[in-house]
Amino acid sequence: MQHLKPARSLALASACVAALWSGAALADPDLSADLVIDGELHIVTRAPSDDTITPYLPERYSGWLFRSEDTRAMQMDDFENPAMIAAEAGAELWTTVDGSAGQSCQDCHGDAEESMRGVRAMMPHVNEDGVLWSMENYVNNCRTERMGAEAWRWSGDEMTSMTSFLSLQSRGMPVAVQIDGPAAPYWEQGREMYYTRYGQLELSCANCHEDSTGQMIRADHLSQGQISGFPTYRLKNAGIVSIHNRFRGCIRDTRAETFAEGSDEFRALELYVASRGMGLGIEGVSVRP
Amino acid sequence: MKLNAVTGLVAALVLAGTAYAETAPADVVWVDDVQIPESLTGAPGNAEAGVAVVSSRAQGNCVACHEFAALPDVQFQGNIGPALDGVGSRWTEAELRGIIVDAKHMFPDTRMPSFYRVDGFIRPGDAFTGRAADPATFGPLLSAQQIEDTLAYLMTLTE
Ligand code: HEC
Ligand code: HEC
Repeated sequence: MQHLKPARSLALASACVAALWSGAALADPDLSADLVIDGELHIVTRAPSDDTITPYLPERYSGWLFRSEDTRAMQMDDFENPAMIAAEAGAELWTTVDGSAGQSCQDCHGDAEESMRGVRAMMPHVNEDGVLWSMENYVNNCRTERMGAEAWRWSGDEMTSMTSFLSLQSRGMPVAVQIDGPAAPYWEQGREMYYTRYGQLELSCANCHEDSTGQMIRADHLSQGQISGFPTYRLKNAGIVSIHNRFRGCIRDTRAETFAEGSDEFRALELYVASRGMGLGIEGVSVRP
Repeated sequence: MKLNAVTGLVAALVLAGTAYAETAPADVVWVDDVQIPESLTGAPGNAEAGVAVVSSRAQGNCVACHEFAALPDVQFQGNIGPALDGVGSRWTEAELRGIIVDAKHMFPDTRMPSFYRVDGFIRPGDAFTGRAADPATFGPLLSAQQIEDTLAYLMTLTE
């Protein structure tokens, strides 16, 4: 179980803080900032764009680069990162027996650090039946089909704790989702959605996150809307926000009728948005304002 | 008696004026596809009320995307669109009314929302609730009066 209780010296912590303050003269966002967790694990926050997926992006940027000095610092220190509490709760759930089969996740999958490594980086992923599933679907499928337990709510505490814990097992690995073969039609659907101008404000994802990256929309500094940092701890909500919950919020803000969390539409959109972040490092759990 | 009758007549005219002159979104008359010469209320707007429309989240929230140097007290002004300082000298009144009513006439594909239009939306919602809009109560983002007030304010921005 990676980085849950990092052993770390005080000297490292202060070195980390010093490095941060030396960059303080630069205005936010700081595209030259380095995301290093606990002074040890470097996470890629800038990746080259490409002509097939993101022909209109000069480069791929993690949302971390767009946040304030304080918020960035919080994510660099696992003791400060409030999302780590959810990840710890997820670790607990991993070993907890639940359901009529009397089993825990660990009983089938063993040590998550090995068996779950890289899983988050390839999500969402087409299952054996040809259906695109998000990580939440895989989790709930194990619960209902193998454990005889009840499905968790998409953005309920148990699920976001589990996805936080699982994402941590892919921390630092590059986003590498499959977009061809059986995934191709889902990817196309997601792309179509990304450029659709929903709602009474008629704003597409691209209008805000591609055309306006780096600009201010009232008090908010627009990033590329990448999901490599999810699940994320949102300071505003004082809790973990799932990918689909974030999508809902953004569509609602266009004065539109949103889609449901877990819907076909949001899973397709998730695949497309994930692919726009190919090469960015999975942040495990991030902190956002 | 005589005076009362005159007052009554004037009141009736004013009432008729507001009741009949307000132009519904579907009846807006465009000239050259980008100008709207006629006031939507039949009367000039109030620039002071226009300040509230451009700066309030609950109304036009123009400051979400535009900076107004003339409103230094309004916090968090965005920069998705150009700063609106001097906009009253850059455009005619008819053009500015057109831009506020439906900017997509002047700037096709612009990110600026259409403030006085009620059709052609994809999945329109009930304000910011995330639920579907109710066609029976769905209205434009701003009223005819708010559009005229905003216009009156923008016309004062001449430098
Ligand atoms: C009206 C503008 C607007 C639209 C349209 C919009 N967003 Fe956002 N989005 C924001 C703002 C503001 C934020 C918070 C600041 C940021 O990270 O950009 C945000 C944040 C996000 C984030 C979190 C990024 C992070 O690093 O934490 C994701 C993911 C996202 N948006 C995806 C989408 C998707 C997908 C769509 C379309 C379905 C969309 N957005 C449409 C304004 C918008
Ligand atoms: C979501 C963003 C957004 C909002 C909200 C918005 N605008 Fe705009 N506006 C723009 C953009 C972008 C442009 C530039 C036109 C283009 O797309 O080429 C623009 C252009 C303009 C112009 C022409 C400016 C010039 O210098 O030529 C005026 C006038 C204007 N807007 C007024 C308003 C008013 C008044 C409101 C509120 C009632 C408003 N805008 C709300 C995005 C916005």
